[in-house]
Amino acid sequence: MRELTLEDIEALAVGAWILGTGGGGSPYLGLLNMRRLYAEGARVRLMPPEELADDDAVAVLSNMGAPLVGQERLADPANIARAVTLMEEFTRIRFRAVMSLEIGGNNAIQPLMAAAHLGLPVVDADCMGRAYPEAQMTSFAVGDLRPYPLSMVDPRGIEGIVARVPSWKWMERLSRKMCVELGSIAATCKAPRTGAEVKRWGILHTTTKAVALGQAVRKAQREHRDPIEAILHAEDGRLLFRGKVTDVSRRTTEGFLRGTARLDGLDDWRGRRFDLAFQNEWAVGWLDGEPHVMTPDLICVLETATGEAIGTETLRYGQRATVIALPAPPVFLTERGLALVGPRAFGHDLEFRSVFAS
Amino acid sequence: MRRRIGVDVGGTNTDGVLIEDGKVIAAHKTPTTEDVLSGVREALSAVAVPDVQGVMIGTTHFVNAVVQRRDLPRVGALRIGMPASRSLPPFCDWPEDLATLVRGAVHMVEGGVDYDGRPIMPLDERAIAAAARQMRAAGLSCVAVSSIFSPLDPAMEERAAQILRQEMPGATVTLSHELGRIGLLERENVALLNAALIPLAAHTLQAFEQAVAAAGIAAPLYITQNDGTVIRAELAARFPVLSFASGPTNSMRGAAFLTGVQDALVVDVGGTTSDFGALKAGFPREANTVVQIGGVRTLFRMPDLLSIGLGGGSLVREEGGRLSIGPRSVGFRLTKEAIVFGGGTLTATDIAVRGGRLALGDASRVASLDPAFAAAALAEAARMIEEAADRMKADAAEVPLLAVGGGAFLVPDRIAGISEVLRPANAAVANAVGAAIAQVSGEADQVFHGLSRSEAMAEAERIARARAVDAGADPASLSLVDIEDLPLAYMPGGALRVRARVVGDIREAP
Repeated sequence: MRELTLEDIEALAVGAWILGTGGGGSPYLGLLNMRRLYAEGARVRLMPPEELADDDAVAVLSNMGAPLVGQERLADPANIARAVTLMEEFTRIRFRAVMSLEIGGNNAIQPLMAAAHLGLPVVDADCMGRAYPEAQMTSFAVGDLRPYPLSMVDPRGIEGIVARVPSWKWMERLSRKMCVELGSIAATCKAPRTGAEVKRWGILHTTTKAVALGQAVRKAQREHRDPIEAILHAEDGRLLFRGKVTDVSRRTTEGFLRGTARLDGLDDWRGRRFDLAFQNEWAVGWLDGEPHVMTPDLICVLETATGEAIGTETLRYGQRATVIALPAPPVFLTERGLALVGPRAFGHDLEFRSVFAS
Repeated sequence: MRRRIGVDVGGTNTDGVLIEDGKVIAAHKTPTTEDVLSGVREALSAVAVPDVQGVMIGTTHFVNAVVQRRDLPRVGALRIGMPASRSLPPFCDWPEDLATLVRGAVHMVEGGVDYDGRPIMPLDERAIAAAARQMRAAGLSCVAVSSIFSPLDPAMEERAAQILRQEMPGATVTLSHELGRIGLLERENVALLNAALIPLAAHTLQAFEQAVAAAGIAAPLYITQNDGTVIRAELAARFPVLSFASGPTNSMRGAAFLTGVQDALVVDVGGTTSDFGALKAGFPREANTVVQIGGVRTLFRMPDLLSIGLGGGSLVREEGGRLSIGPRSVGFRLTKEAIVFGGGTLTATDIAVRGGRLALGDASRVASLDPAFAAAALAEAARMIEEAADRMKADAAEVPLLAVGGGAFLVPDRIAGISEVLRPANAAVANAVGAAIAQVSGEADQVFHGLSRSEAMAEAERIARARAVDAGADPASLSLVDIEDLPLAYMPGGALRVRARVVGDIREAP
């Protein structure tokens, strides 16, 4: 177990945004909260999952809702901490630690905010390894772990529990309705996990991975070296394409941001093209019309000059962008994993093939 | 349009022009003075004639006050929306030095609305009154009010303003929904900056009025805004942040006027930077992203600008076989340090003289420079300009590029993706011309309930027209330049948010 420095958390915000693979919401407001908490003397410890006892209880946290609403009703550490204590009151469980639902984007910081309030450590793990748009797209769902109960908290003192559901899909449906009623933003504590479950089904060491990724980028920027080279080196990634954005089309359907983007090649890729499809996050990429990279491989679109991630909401014509792939957590490469987060789960009738297979 | 005077007060120079029936009759350039006022006085008196219909002044004075942290009073912040957003209070992401200077008081009270129009909590009017009394007792007289989702429903901010005016007579009140967009912290930051600038604005605009009177001009004074239009000085005093980017905006508008081209990219090449913008129907395209001002994150009506470190004074170096230009520059010391002026620093200007692009200084001093090196350096400058121009384009279609500014010789005549490069005459005072030709605008941005889409859009246009006329426009000349509707899918009763903007000529005195 080690104490996270503010420098670690600054790096975490950069790395988490890259692991957001285009979605997950900017970690900026979470980072602002952490800067304030650290200035007030709070400190957060990071706990290796190996240190969990099999019967320890772990709270899995996320801020649920529409990113736009999150720009007005700003995430509050007291609120996410209350989701944890509410779950404790309902289940009579005492949590040993908290962890993140998704390491990609804004939710990477939520457990740190709760931890600072509660004095609990943060487990170095999550259950997505990136960002995904729906509740059943987790490694815990791949493991068919119990999807309930869930606690949900609003700053007005409105508190709810989803006590029992037959499936992760039902959990998504019920909790989504509650969240919309509260103003489309709510702090949630998902179904409690045991230490054994986290060690068996969690995606481990992802906080450390995001911090390292962010540190590599920040160090390269400071030293005027190529930050993308640093990312590829730090994470064993693949450079897929370098070009400029020549077309973006977006539409909002069923609460998701969907669309396509096109890049025309520069440098070694001059004369070639790369197309991307997204649903909140980047889902599939085609090189010269041929499927080239697809979820669950992590597709990251980065600003060529700075190495910083570009979100599906902020990509625009003329940007110089580099597309890279990072390896998917092995749990998603199983048959059940691919059923939940493979290309078909996002409406693309493609047989999954990893860029890391060759 | 008959006779008008335009003045642009920049960081370095104050420019004045007299325009008559669309022609530049007189132009004058003078250094900007410490007090701003005497430079304006000189520019005005140099171009003044007896019968002008209007004086338009653009100034970077307000944005400079923020950047340089001077002339800023303490401001009271009133946030409505508790208990939501509690952990990130007003000023929470300001640079510490500026926050220490400006943060007079922070009050957060219950209220605010959700995206569906329902109140988060009822507005706590008693808490607002109590906060007002405390701010008054603390000697504060500038207040900024922000409320959650106020761009969707401004009623709570408006009610708060009534209470504040009752409890704090004489105080100025800035409401966030009048300036900003969705994004609580960024909109609140705009309101706080505006509140902090109101005393300086009042003082400066009064001085401008005096300077106009002293030059023997009886015409009304207008101030140019970020969007390329003007408002009457008395209105501008309420919203100084809307004048932040009037320099680049005026330059773009002036370039459009001088070339007669309405849809184009514009590049203003100065001594240290090249600033790129895009014109759509003669007006600058708006930025839709966060813009940092003096280290403060903001999101409001600002032109979309891209600045690169390339100018006439940029340093040209060759290190390890790699040629580079800028971003370091000799800046205003160009006429001392550049080689053609007898100095010892190789600048972009020297390269241009060697390459035959420009006749300036003593060309014999660069005669020994390898012509292939000069050509390579000019090609590098061209590549930088080409890439930046491409980044500013909204799509792949070719557009003209208008090149202005003292360093415009660095812009090549042929650029990929650019249909033609135009270099207007009088480009050196394009910014003052842009001020002189400015029109008046009116804007509506609100949520309509229970109206059809076409009814809501017609209503928004009607409100915008009325506001333009209030601001001094000739009703017969008004035209709609921008209208967009955003369906708010979750709001009850099919609510629709419509933004409409009209512009028209300034109404001439009878």
